[in-house]
Amino acid sequence: MGLITSLLAITLRAGTSLIYATIGETYTERAGILNLGLEGIMLMGAVSSFATAYYTGNLVLAVFVAIAVGGLMSLIHAFLSVTMKANQVVSGLSITLFGTGFASFLGQRLGPASNGHYLVGLVGPRFTPFNIGSLGSVPIMGAILGQDLFTYGTYLLIPLAWFYLYRTKNGLWLRAIGENPRTADAMGVNVNRAKYGYTIFGGMLTALGGAHLALAYTPGWSENITGGRGWIVIALVIFSMWNPARAITGALIFGGINAVQFRLQASGTNIPAAFLNMLPYIATIVVLVAITWWEALSKRVGSPASLGTAYVREDK
Amino acid sequence: MRFAFEKRKSVSRTAIVVVPFVSFGVSLVLTGVLLMIFGANPFTTFGAMYKGAFGSGRALTETLVKAIPLMLTGLGVALAFKLKFWNIGAEGQLTLAGVAATWVAIFWSHWLPAPLVLPVMVLVGCAAGALWAGIPALLKTSLRVDETLVTLMLNYVAILFSSYLYYGPWRDPNGYGFPGTELFPKAAWFPRIAGRAHIGLFFALAAALILWLVMNRTKWGFEIKVIGNSPKAARYQGISVERNIILAILISGALCGLAGVGEVAGISRRLQQGLSLGYGYTAIIVAWMAQLNPLAIPFVALLMGGLLVGGDQVQMVMGLPSSMGLLMQGLMLFPMLAGSLFTEYRIKRIGRNTAIESERGAA
Repeated sequence: MGLITSLLAITLRAGTSLIYATIGETYTERAGILNLGLEGIMLMGAVSSFATAYYTGNLVLAVFVAIAVGGLMSLIHAFLSVTMKANQVVSGLSITLFGTGFASFLGQRLGPASNGHYLVGLVGPRFTPFNIGSLGSVPIMGAILGQDLFTYGTYLLIPLAWFYLYRTKNGLWLRAIGENPRTADAMGVNVNRAKYGYTIFGGMLTALGGAHLALAYTPGWSENITGGRGWIVIALVIFSMWNPARAITGALIFGGINAVQFRLQASGTNIPAAFLNMLPYIATIVVLVAITWWEALSKRVGSPASLGTAYVREDK
Repeated sequence: MRFAFEKRKSVSRTAIVVVPFVSFGVSLVLTGVLLMIFGANPFTTFGAMYKGAFGSGRALTETLVKAIPLMLTGLGVALAFKLKFWNIGAEGQLTLAGVAATWVAIFWSHWLPAPLVLPVMVLVGCAAGALWAGIPALLKTSLRVDETLVTLMLNYVAILFSSYLYYGPWRDPNGYGFPGTELFPKAAWFPRIAGRAHIGLFFALAAALILWLVMNRTKWGFEIKVIGNSPKAARYQGISVERNIILAILISGALCGLAGVGEVAGISRRLQQGLSLGYGYTAIIVAWMAQLNPLAIPFVALLMGGLLVGGDQVQMVMGLPSSMGLLMQGLMLFPMLAGSLFTEYRIKRIGRNTAIESERGAA
C-alpha cells in the first residue's frame, strides 16, 4: 500500500468515532440542547460495549448495549436541562464527571477475578477491517473500501443525517426548534418532547463512537481511552457549522493528525512524543479561533439561536 | 391536582442550604444501591470510607492533603463560574504552575537567598496559572471564542508539557530512570503542619475569606455579580465587562496555580507523574456544591478530600475500586442541579378554579 493510501486508511479509522459523535451532537444542538457530557458518554459506551463483547463474545449485542447506555446517560442530561431547567453547561459537565468516574469504576470492577477484576489489558472480540469488492490493491479506493463495519456505517450515516435535517419535514421542525422554539411550538411541534428525543439520539450516536474505540480502533479498554475526543467533537460541531455533511471535514482533519502522529512516531522522529501528542489539542484551539474569527468577519451565525437555553412556555 | 413553576424574584435561602445536604444524601443512597449490585455491603463500605478519611489523626491529615488543592482550585473555579465563564482548565493551570514553581526550585535556588525561594516560587507559580487562564480569557473577550473548550484543551497541553520535562530534560540523572525531577533543595519545601498537610492550608483559608470579602463587601465584587447576571445590564451601568472578566480570570488562574505550587513544594517536593489527581475537575463539583460561596468551599473541599482518601482506603481494605470516591462525587451533581429548580423556581399548586387558565402554563 502506498503512503497516501495508508495515511488515508488510518485517517478514516481514527475519524470514525469522531464522525458518530459529531453527528449525534449536531442533532442535539440543533434541538437547542448543548451536551458537554460527550466525553463521559463515550467512555461509558466504550467500557460497556467492551465488557459485553468480552463476556458474551457477541459484537452485535455489545453495540446495542453501548447504544442503550448512551441513551440512558443523555436521558439524564435531557431530564436535567429540559424538565428541571438546569444550567446546561453544568449539567453536561456533571455527565462527563459522572461518566468518567463510573467508567473507571466499572473498568476496575467488571473484569474477571484472574485479572484482579480489571478490564484493562484484556483482549476481546473485535470488528476487523474487510475489503468490499476487489479494489483492495487500488490506491485510495483500497483505503476507503478496506475498513471495519463502523467506518462503513459512517458512509451511510453522513448522507442520511444530512437528508433528514435538510430534506424532510421532521428535519425542518428540528431546525425550527433550535432557531425559534416558540414558532416551532406554534407550528404544533411538541418542543420539549423533541428536545428529549434528539438529546437521547445524540447520546446514542456518541456512545457508538466510544464503542468503536473499544471494539475496533484501540481495541480494548483503558482508562481515558477517549483522550478528550468527546471535547474535540464539541469543537467539530462548531467547525462544521451544525451541518452533518461537513462533519466529515473535521473528522478527516483530526483523523489525519492522528495518522501523521502515528507515522512520525513509527519512523523514529526526533520530536518528543509529548509534543506530537499535543497536536490534536492545539489544533482544536486553532480551529476554534479560526472559525469564530471567520464567523465574526463574514457576519454569519452558525449556532442555533436558542442553544443552551431552556424553553418555558409563556403563560397566557 | 396540577403544579406549575413560577420564577422566584430572589433565590430561596432555605433551598440553598438544604439542597447540597439532600444531594449528598441522594449520592450516598445511589452509591449504596450500586455497591449492593456489585455484591458489597454499603454500610460496611461507607463505614470503612469514613474511618479511612476521618477516623484517625493520620487519616485526617491525608484528607487535608487532598482538601488543600481542592479548596484553592474550588475557589478559582467558583470565581470564574460567578461570571458564567466556564473555566474547566483548573487542572492545566495547576499543572503549569507546578512546572513553573519547579523551574524556580531547581534552577534559581542556587543564587536566590534561601528565604526568598518560596515567595518567588509562589509568585512565579501563580503567574503561570494566571497566564494559562489568561489565554482563554483573552480569546473570549476579544474574539468570543468558547472558553469551555479552550480551557479544557489547555489542560492536555500543560499535562503533556510537564511530562515532556520530567521524562526528558528535567529528569533526575540519579533517579534510576524514575520519571521525575530531582528532589528540591530544602529552601523550596513548604513547611508542614501535621503529617503531610502543609501551610498551603493557611493560604487556602485566607484566600476563601478574602474572596468572600471581595465578592460581598467591595464595589468590584458587586460589578462581578452584575456581569455574571447580565453583561448587557453591566454595560448599561458603565462597567467595563471585558476588563473585569480578564482580571477575574487571571485571579482564578492564579488561585489554581497556587494549588499547583502547594502540590510540588508541599507534597512531592519534585515534579513527577500524577502531579494532579484530577483536582481541577473535582473543583467543579466543589464550587457547585458550595453554591459558589467562598466561605462554604473549605468545608465542601474537606468532604470531597475525604471521599478521595476514603476511596483509596476501601480499595486497600475491601478490594473495591478506588474510583468509588470519584463515582460518588459525580453522582452528587445530578441532585444538586435538579435542586436548583427549587432555589430558582417556586412550585405552585394550582387549585380547581384556576385549572383552566393554567392549562397552558403547566403543560
